[in-house]
Amino acid sequence: MIEVKNITKRYGGVKALDDISFTADSGEVVGLLGPNGAGKSTTMNIITGYLGATSGTVLIDGADILTAPKAAKAKIGYLPEQPPLYLDMTVRRYLEFIFDLKKVRLPKKEHINEVMEIVKIADVADRVIKNLSKGYRQRVGFAGALMGNPPVLILDEPTVGLDPKQIIDIRKLIKSLGKKHTIIFSSHVLSEVSAVCDRIVMINNGKLVADAKTDELSETLSGSGILALEVDGATATVRSAISSVEGVKRVTRGAGLSYTVEFETGVDIRRGVFNALSKANCPILMMRPGGMTLEESFLKLTEGGEG
Amino acid sequence: MSAIIKRELSSYFNSAIGYIVLAVFYFFSGLFFYMYCLLSNTTSMSYVFLSMLMIVMLVIPIITMKSFSEERKQKTDQALLTAPISLTEMVLGKFFGAFLLYCICNAIYILYAIILSFYATPDWAVFLTTMLGMLLMGGALIAIDMFISALTESQVIAAVVSIGIGLLIYMLDSLSNVFNVDWLTNLFHNISFDAHFTNFINGIINLTSVVFFLSVIAIFLFLCVRVFEKRRWS
Repeated sequence: MIEVKNITKRYGGVKALDDISFTADSGEVVGLLGPNGAGKSTTMNIITGYLGATSGTVLIDGADILTAPKAAKAKIGYLPEQPPLYLDMTVRRYLEFIFDLKKVRLPKKEHINEVMEIVKIADVADRVIKNLSKGYRQRVGFAGALMGNPPVLILDEPTVGLDPKQIIDIRKLIKSLGKKHTIIFSSHVLSEVSAVCDRIVMINNGKLVADAKTDELSETLSGSGILALEVDGATATVRSAISSVEGVKRVTRGAGLSYTVEFETGVDIRRGVFNALSKANCPILMMRPGGMTLEESFLKLTEGGEG
Repeated sequence: MSAIIKRELSSYFNSAIGYIVLAVFYFFSGLFFYMYCLLSNTTSMSYVFLSMLMIVMLVIPIITMKSFSEERKQKTDQALLTAPISLTEMVLGKFFGAFLLYCICNAIYILYAIILSFYATPDWAVFLTTMLGMLLMGGALIAIDMFISALTESQVIAAVVSIGIGLLIYMLDSLSNVFNVDWLTNLFHNISFDAHFTNFINGIINLTSVVFFLSVIAIFLFLCVRVFEKRRWS
């Protein structure tokens, strides 16, 4: 549905994006993740045709955003970081304007009412946007993006600045929309992306650092398995016992009785460790798989990128 | 394009700008009409129109100052530039929105002409050519000022620069006499709005003048499109 191929964007001498490529299949919710200033908004601005890339192409359902901009843009609903709202208009007037601007061919009144129901702004339909709260404004922007039921939705940090309840509402909305639309949405909050998205594309310093299914991302990133242990016994004995198990790469002593064992991926060392420690007469008090959390791998990646 | 024209026009009247522009325009045209027509017992409105040139130069920057500056500042241009319309359509929509407001301003002259027709028959042909001249000249000024508005995020800068350029254009004909260089005098005279407008006031539809104003409109709208094109790539 969306194909981003080798996008590079230069601002003068600065490379804001460096050879970014990824795809989003029909009906997929893709999270664009990265720290502030990583290039998420630039990527989205290029996908929607607001900015031109220095090199590379973007295809929306086969239509090139540069050579066939009208066809491509007609398929996109875009919610920029700051919703593009005309503050002097009422919500209904604004949506009517967006409806006309996008040249939507649906029954106007019904469609607008339907979209207002979806994002829950029907109660403020006749109020001037200037007087609405941040949460409502965000949803009016969202309604603008949904106008005409575009197959592709590009949402740039849709939850920033909202209160926790509104954030949950918006996430639910994105999840339910994901059934019918292809969605790319950006965030610098990891838990949000992993809660909503099927796939995560991670960007740091304008470079693509990871592209994986949400549940596989952690393993893909860490590269080795980790086991956390608490063992009673002399350090040297415990160390040698664990090291003797096949597949173990490194044993590190933590605080108190804790140890961290790094081992090769694809091997289950838990039984081996149990037997070895049992033979050495060192009782295991606690054992759990301690694979890096998404949060840790995210930090590791982004720090690595800056270093 | 019609969506943008409609929004532009309604935005003028959602804020005070539309009403202020109309009030100023109607007040001064009424004043000049009273002074030059009713008090002097004449049906010739040429002095009214000539005096209004100055007001037009001041009012149009107020109409156009927010055209693009405000969009950029509020980031609403993102909605326009990512919608399935071309840049030309967007710029033309903005232009006609502003131009329609200017037309509403000028509609008052029809009322004045009707008032005059109760006393004596006005020269309708001259009236019509003058109206044509007013619209063409206003259109050209709107195009120039919209281009200026596209260059900056600040409405104030757009307005001040536009007024400055408007005054310069207004003085161009007088300036042409200051320099004692032939080609410079000619140049100034030929690009002077005043000189071209005088043709219309005299009841002449001079093709050169019509083409001149239309070219100015086309050139500056084209430049507007280029500004957005350039911004996308830089």
